[in-house]
Amino acid sequence: MPKKQKSESELNLKPATEEEDIFEVNKVEEEPIVKMRDVQIAYKVGNVQRIVVNHLNLDINRGEILGLVGESGSGKTTIGRAIIRINKVSGGEITYNNVPISGKIPRKREKLLKTKIQMVFQDPGDSLNDRANIDYIVSEGLRAYHMYDNEKDRLEKVEDMMAKVGLRSEFLSRYPHEFSGGQRQRIGIARAMIMNPELVIADEPISALDVSIRAQILNLIKEFQQERKMTVLFIAHDLSVVRYISDRIAVIYAGKIVELASANRLFEAPLHPYTKSLLTAVPIPDPKVEKKKKILVYNPREAHQYSKYDPPELVEIEPGHFVRCDKKEKEKYEEELKRLGDSLNA
Amino acid sequence: MATSKYRNQPINSADLNLELGAMTEYPTDPNEEVVMSIRNLNVGFTTRGKKTHVLRDINLDIYKGKTLAIVGESGSGKSVFTKTFTGMLDSNGFISSGSIMFDGQDIAKLTSHKEWQPIRGKKIATIFQDPMTSLNPLLTIGYQISEVLILHRGMSKEEAKKEAISLLERVKIPNAAQRYDDYPFQFSGGMRQRAVIAIALACKPEILICDEPTTALDVTVQSQIIDLIKDLQKEYGWTTIFITHDLGVVANIADNVAVMYGGQIVEYGTIEDVFYHPEHPYTWALLCSLPQLGTKDEPLSYIKGNPPSFGSEIIGDAFAPRNEYAMNIDFVKEPPAFKVSETHWAKTWLLSPYAPKVEKPKVIQELHERMKIAAKELARQEGDEYAEETKVGE
Repeated sequence: MPKKQKSESELNLKPATEEEDIFEVNKVEEEPIVKMRDVQIAYKVGNVQRIVVNHLNLDINRGEILGLVGESGSGKTTIGRAIIRINKVSGGEITYNNVPISGKIPRKREKLLKTKIQMVFQDPGDSLNDRANIDYIVSEGLRAYHMYDNEKDRLEKVEDMMAKVGLRSEFLSRYPHEFSGGQRQRIGIARAMIMNPELVIADEPISALDVSIRAQILNLIKEFQQERKMTVLFIAHDLSVVRYISDRIAVIYAGKIVELASANRLFEAPLHPYTKSLLTAVPIPDPKVEKKKKILVYNPREAHQYSKYDPPELVEIEPGHFVRCDKKEKEKYEEELKRLGDSLNA
Repeated sequence: MATSKYRNQPINSADLNLELGAMTEYPTDPNEEVVMSIRNLNVGFTTRGKKTHVLRDINLDIYKGKTLAIVGESGSGKSVFTKTFTGMLDSNGFISSGSIMFDGQDIAKLTSHKEWQPIRGKKIATIFQDPMTSLNPLLTIGYQISEVLILHRGMSKEEAKKEAISLLERVKIPNAAQRYDDYPFQFSGGMRQRAVIAIALACKPEILICDEPTTALDVTVQSQIIDLIKDLQKEYGWTTIFITHDLGVVANIADNVAVMYGGQIVEYGTIEDVFYHPEHPYTWALLCSLPQLGTKDEPLSYIKGNPPSFGSEIIGDAFAPRNEYAMNIDFVKEPPAFKVSETHWAKTWLLSPYAPKVEKPKVIQELHERMKIAAKELARQEGDEYAEETKVGE
């Protein structure tokens, strides 16, 4: 078997000495924290390979909250999990601070990476160990990477974090089942934040919660992000939530990004029919408006007539606003934007 | 505990007639036909030999052909409430007093399975939150629908199959005849919920209870399922009881809204009453915490603290410890229901004639204005289509 050629970014890598942090050495402050280039992710079902995500190009800018929106089965969770190396990437490349982190990488780098990226999961009931107390759950990461000096220091860190997420330190000796859903999600957040991560992947952190508790958790995530200037990949299926929290939003359908824009712009000028259908699906808490609302249904076969010779691509239709379209659609969208601009000016 | 600036308001004098202005009888809309009438319902549970009161003194009329939404946090007792309609309380639960009049009889008095059989599933059907747990994974979808038809409507096997396929078509499952022999795992989440609706349809129920049917689903699928329920209701003319914690969904589907907290209905009214003129501080707090209403730069408002646990006795207003508008009396005496209009009442001392005038939160006052702006984004794109149409006409 021929030896696999090293990727370009692997060759351009600045080497780090034993003590140095390879991610810090290669970090460029202005560049995106995560770059995904032509990423393909496939699952093996029996002997059949199913490609879930293909030709994905996505940058996560440093310090932003990027919302990733799509329906179940669209591959949004898969993408999040590929960044933190839970899912294998079968093609293309993901880099973190310009250092490749997909495919085969040195063990040391993988370990280091996992101190920098943390995850918050959807169901706080399932993602916490039933048989471990809160003290153990919150400090598990610290223990695994020896990130404390002595027992006193560890306890201090844990108690400090508990206070930050609004839980009392008496709770440390309790077990997950003694908490409500909202409190459990706070524990899930505490466990991630105690590692002081640069990037947090929040995979539908509020979908399983009551509406009245959602607001608390959203506030908490936003507070942490602002205080620590961290980057968040916020995965959700509900656009109304994502709009409140994110700076940019990527809409994903069947493993492909169909639209990417700043949160406000996406709501102001949605172009792709799928984005529009998602927008109409958001329930509005006003009976007069909601009862009149017409829901658009997205059917890719009816919405697009793509030909072999004019394949759709993700095109930058205005600065910072990307839409997946072919040439014909591009013209249509440009016209739509122009008309919108006119109506806004008028 | 939420600090309240109204904490020191002095409605605590013993000589005041506190019940002044309180309702003595719960109003029934004379223009509507009552299909179910609940009076002074109390439900308790026995846990480890200890009795707890979960539902406290519930009074409600359910109108024929209308949709009632029951809104509340988890643990507010909304599911327990509707379970009493079909006699499906857990074995340690009991109705301690009160009546539920339905179809000329008091169904709160029914005990045996045999007495429940003609009502449960046949006249009152339920759709549950998670369609995977309400379907039997070992039986085909078709079998599970025709089973109901054979049992309740006495059809033969062939007739049942035919009817089941037409029911699957009704709930818009594509290729219904081929999907008849599929197992639940072969259906997607939305399709499973459609299949469950088909089972509920099979008996043409008078009342359909939807217990958070869309909570486990995506927004796009959620809107489709809600549309389906609405369409079928128009066709069959049943009464829907819709349990949810999402006020956005309520706005879409409901005619009347009951807000539940701590095992009580704290506010009841038509949908316009509750959304545009809410009177209970808990309803205010629920509306304020919706992310749709948040502006980007300020944190979302939320309800501090936790809902009351049923283990301890509740003194005064159950919401008082979390209430920003709580007065002294809220911690001492339970508020009675005060009438706001013919169709609208709320259990809060703020409506007492002795209470100080309280300004509602700004978001509530501006709710409609804010939502109109939010909807404009959606409307604009519809307007776009409209513009194109007119262009063609020119």
